[in-house]
Amino acid sequence: MSKVILDESRSEESTRGHISKILTATVVASIIGMALVWFVLGPHLPPGRMTDQAAGQQFDIKFVSTLAVPVFFFVWFFFGYSIIKWRVRPGEDPLVGGADIHGNSKAQGAWYVLTTVLVLSMAVYGTYFLVVPAGAGGGEGPSPIWTPATKNILQVQVIAQQWRFTYRWPQFGGVETTSINLPLNTEIQFNVTSLDVIHDFWAYQLGVKADANPDSNNVAFTKTQQLGRFVVRCDELCGIWHGAMYNYGHVVTQAQFQTWAANMEKQNASLTKLLPKYATTYTPSYSGAGGGYYNTATDPNANL
Amino acid sequence: MESNDSNIWFLGGFKLVNIMKGVRLSKGARAGAVVVSFFAVIGLIIFAVFGYLRTSPPTVSASTSSTPGVVNLTMQTDGAVGVGPHPGWVGYFVQDANGGWHQTTLIQLPANSDIHVTIYEYDSGGNLRNNYWSQVQGTTTGHIYVNGVAESIVNPDSSTGNGIAHSFNVPGLGINVPLYGVSGTAKNFCTSGPCNLSEAHTTVTFDFKTGGAGTFRWQCFVPCGLGFLNGNGGPMTSLGYMAGFLKVV
Repeated sequence: MSKVILDESRSEESTRGHISKILTATVVASIIGMALVWFVLGPHLPPGRMTDQAAGQQFDIKFVSTLAVPVFFFVWFFFGYSIIKWRVRPGEDPLVGGADIHGNSKAQGAWYVLTTVLVLSMAVYGTYFLVVPAGAGGGEGPSPIWTPATKNILQVQVIAQQWRFTYRWPQFGGVETTSINLPLNTEIQFNVTSLDVIHDFWAYQLGVKADANPDSNNVAFTKTQQLGRFVVRCDELCGIWHGAMYNYGHVVTQAQFQTWAANMEKQNASLTKLLPKYATTYTPSYSGAGGGYYNTATDPNANL
Repeated sequence: MESNDSNIWFLGGFKLVNIMKGVRLSKGARAGAVVVSFFAVIGLIIFAVFGYLRTSPPTVSASTSSTPGVVNLTMQTDGAVGVGPHPGWVGYFVQDANGGWHQTTLIQLPANSDIHVTIYEYDSGGNLRNNYWSQVQGTTTGHIYVNGVAESIVNPDSSTGNGIAHSFNVPGLGINVPLYGVSGTAKNFCTSGPCNLSEAHTTVTFDFKTGGAGTFRWQCFVPCGLGFLNGNGGPMTSLGYMAGFLKVV
């Protein structure tokens, strides 16, 4: 019969000692880790700070990442401690375990309370930051309930078509462009629609992501706060050239934007006459080879 | 005694009885034969699948011209290519240096060169899904010549003209060229490609410059995949028809 050795460290009496060691290591590592995540890694987390929505998303990711640090260390320290401390040593019978495991009402209660508080806190936190920055950059549908406080909003219509994005500017004569420039420190309203299948307008550095659905206007808000370049990608698998459906835009000064927009309006004046009157969606006429969309406006009352 | 049944082999439905009569295979040999046969079949399937996937239209190089630094690219768009697995689909043909036409959309161009393009458009036109694409973009002069007449915007209204049949759009080079359609009721309308100049057509010419080397995808922006969802399936999503690459080398 094998010799059974149960040293003191395995006895139930020393449970507090084990937990104390694990918690001490967790607390020390967490303080250091949380500071590093918050102050060193945090400012570099996606999607940056080009808009208030992007900055808010970066803050959310930083906040959640920081909260995850103690959990990370506790789990791994527990694993490591268990492997080292409670491993089967030479001469021990691997089939003989330690003390019996039985329920611990205090531990279970603490677990229930802690996880419930965490989940509910995150729900309140998420809801608050969805409302305050006017939808947090997500598409809110045609009738957004969370809108910016200001009425001074630049309207940008995003038109998705297999396989390009184009942009219409109702405050500049309804001109349409393939490029997109946005003025600094300006509230932007994106009106996102599609002329064929479902696409998705994802302006990564702007913190904006909204589905582009045919015959539907999906509204998303953002406010620019940093100069720079951003990328626009389609984030809904839409066909053979989906992967090539992207372009770059820029946040520029207000003077630069006014100059650019005025030039676009002037240069494309002849083309703009051929476009249908600006509307939030465009409906098919089916007179073209595959359905000649974009010749009539679905919602004439929505004209700006 | 070994049953004759154990010596009956089937190979493609052919019964080989007498050949193997009297031959007794060991268990190991039979297991080996099964394993070899299994991998042979798997190999054939993989070979067939990869062979199919690697099938692509030919790449045609633009032909040189008498002017240094300028090459000629001649193409035609047809309402029905008339060849290959989908003869009824719309598609492009590209002319090689010897004058031969190839049903393809893979084109090789020299870098840092002027490309003089001629497109013979043989298909009927219609409305655009987005009239924005009626504007010429990215050509050297900012316009194209439609039957010899300079145009910067091609009228997409099919009620007052023939509409736009197809377009040559290269997003990476900023090029958009709308191709004016021919009348679908023309007496000499080309019904099957490759078409020839005696049939009704529109001649579109323009120039553009290639920069550095690279591969640039191009597509038609007229949803001309008739019979497919939103007109954007079939030829619109198939190399050799209305989707392709410019290989700038």
